[in-house]
Amino acid sequence: MPSIKELAKRPELLTSGHRLCAGCGASIAVRMALHSSDKPVIVSCATGCLEVATTIYPYTAWNCSFIHNAFENSAATMSGVETAYRALKKKGKLSADINFIAFGGDGGTYDIGLQSLSGMLERGHNVLYICYDNEAYMNTGIQRSGATPRGASTTTAPAGDVSYGKPQFQKDLTAIAVAHHIPYAAQASVGYWADLTSKVEKAFATPGPKFINVLAPCPRGWRHDSDQTVEIAKLAVDTCFWPLYEVVDGAYRVTYKPKEIPPVAEWFKLQGRFKHLFKPANQHIIEEIQSKINERWSALLAASGEAQPSKS
Amino acid sequence: MEDAKVNNKTGQTTLVALTGNEAVATAMRQINPDVVAAYPITPQTSLMQKFADFAAAGLVDTEIILVESEHSAMSACVGSAAAGVRTMTATSANGLALMWEIVYIAASSRLPIVMPVVNRALSGPINIHCDHSDTMGCRDSSWIQIYSENSQEAYDNTIQAIRIAEHANVLLPVMVTLDGFIISHSIESVHVYEDAKVKEFIGEYKPHNPLLDLNNPVTFGPLDLYDYYFEHKRQQSEAMKNSKRVIEDIGRLFGQTFGTVYDLIETYRLEDADECIVVLGSTAGTAKEVVDALRGQGRKVGLLKIRVFRPFPETEIIDALRGVKVVGVLDRSEGFSAVGGPVYQEIRAALCARHDISIVNYIYGLGGRDIGIADITKVFDELSAIRKAEKPITSRVDYVGVRE
Repeated sequence: MPSIKELAKRPELLTSGHRLCAGCGASIAVRMALHSSDKPVIVSCATGCLEVATTIYPYTAWNCSFIHNAFENSAATMSGVETAYRALKKKGKLSADINFIAFGGDGGTYDIGLQSLSGMLERGHNVLYICYDNEAYMNTGIQRSGATPRGASTTTAPAGDVSYGKPQFQKDLTAIAVAHHIPYAAQASVGYWADLTSKVEKAFATPGPKFINVLAPCPRGWRHDSDQTVEIAKLAVDTCFWPLYEVVDGAYRVTYKPKEIPPVAEWFKLQGRFKHLFKPANQHIIEEIQSKINERWSALLAASGEAQPSKS
Repeated sequence: MEDAKVNNKTGQTTLVALTGNEAVATAMRQINPDVVAAYPITPQTSLMQKFADFAAAGLVDTEIILVESEHSAMSACVGSAAAGVRTMTATSANGLALMWEIVYIAASSRLPIVMPVVNRALSGPINIHCDHSDTMGCRDSSWIQIYSENSQEAYDNTIQAIRIAEHANVLLPVMVTLDGFIISHSIESVHVYEDAKVKEFIGEYKPHNPLLDLNNPVTFGPLDLYDYYFEHKRQQSEAMKNSKRVIEDIGRLFGQTFGTVYDLIETYRLEDADECIVVLGSTAGTAKEVVDALRGQGRKVGLLKIRVFRPFPETEIIDALRGVKVVGVLDRSEGFSAVGGPVYQEIRAALCARHDISIVNYIYGLGGRDIGIADITKVFDELSAIRKAEKPITSRVDYVGVRE
């Protein structure tokens, strides 16, 4: 695996000058993914922050070929691009090796684009799909999505006198991807660059459909300072809210085990979207979330064939 | 398939018994697109099945993407066409409706995708039979629309559509329509041309700014705001205007190559006609029979068939109807404008400067309701009564063959 210095020397395919916010987790995820490719890449992107902030006509921040089609079809669009590539390669009209990446936010992946993603995974296209998961529809102004965690306040499920924010737990999209029996699926976080880039490299080296779900904090939507992005992305992992793991041909492996597991409340405290949970009336919500996190972490360790570590 | 082989040996046009769907699938075999992405829907299904048979038999080297929905079919077509290869799909009714969003994106991205649409009534209520509500619904999507009267035309139009779409002055996607079941599932004699001749006619595909040109990276589908969107739409409308000439040229060239010249419209015994029916699709065939019968009785009646609905051949229609006194426009879809169907609206607009002509609308055939010789004869009788002032026009919009 290349060092971070070596990665930094690789050509910048998402160039500076784009209009993503300071501290945006999505741009970190994208740059790390693109730096992890040693071959030319072609990118597709769902409608969302990443697309609108990087391609405002007549400008583009992309130094590689890029296609945005619509909101729910990044996977289907890239299926078409990758198939066109295979058609030309078969006829001897093209010889270069190319890595194909489809990006989508959680709205474009967990929700409106889930069918398109499922189709692409099932058909077996040689494409890496990366979801930059910032846990709400940030581009339209922080509306709740299927990825929004229980208890988070969003503009469509705001906290109020009789509401503690979103009542449902987020869906487990990585598990849904795994259920397609694809050769490589993983969960990563922009807080752990080495883990993220090695997963992307591994995915590129694996033929067939790949899926990586990357937690990408959004300072605007999560209500934190823009210099806190990496710290918050790390703490999400350390609290086991967002475990780092990979599933290679069905075999689970936890790729990072925190030495100390702080309570999830420590992660909540840093974000304005969970502020209301610290009211006495909502204390039980934090406890319920904590117990769900513990349950899922134990299940993940069991799936990975590991014993549960002693409580710290 | 077998017939096509015979055809290649002799190098001649062969007369083959084919359904409309088989005829279009045969055109697709001869076109041999790089990528086809499709999803099954009645009555398009047998078209794609036939094409899949061709692929399974190794008669095409197309990469077929068997997507999970029509939305993904058109999405994958956009990806494939933007990547830089010749791309096709086919659909009907609800499938087209599910594609809708991407139908517009394909056109505005100026991707020369060709899509046969086997016309079927749009739900609801759900129905599988022919009307034009599906394609009429996306008449403003900036796709070129070519309507076919029979299997031969569906076959010929599909071949021409490739050249039209890919023409440098056009670069717009093309829908070739054929009436569900009436054409798609009826067996007719179709002249199938030599494979090599079709290949030569459509030529090698040269993509514009493809994603796969690694030395010249491009961005497709950027955010286009008030400072540029309008100019791009203006260019798109210019492309649609340009396409008219291109469709005429290619129709002529097609005639020189294969024997049948195609134009934007077709007139039938219209030269000295007092009354005329305007129609699209398979009903034109029935209407021609009626025109012949009435002409035999000495009545001056004629037919105007609109082959190309987008771009709308306004000047050609004005010219063709110059001497006509009463026009009955047959619409196979309800526009729900409360003032008539879509074809009628456009014919009226085209003839707005004519104060010496009466134009009435007949909505017919919704959900596959049959229209026969007697129905069309009755329409001509009404047109005649209007001309002779025997029948006052109480309603400009009427319905043929409906119980009320």
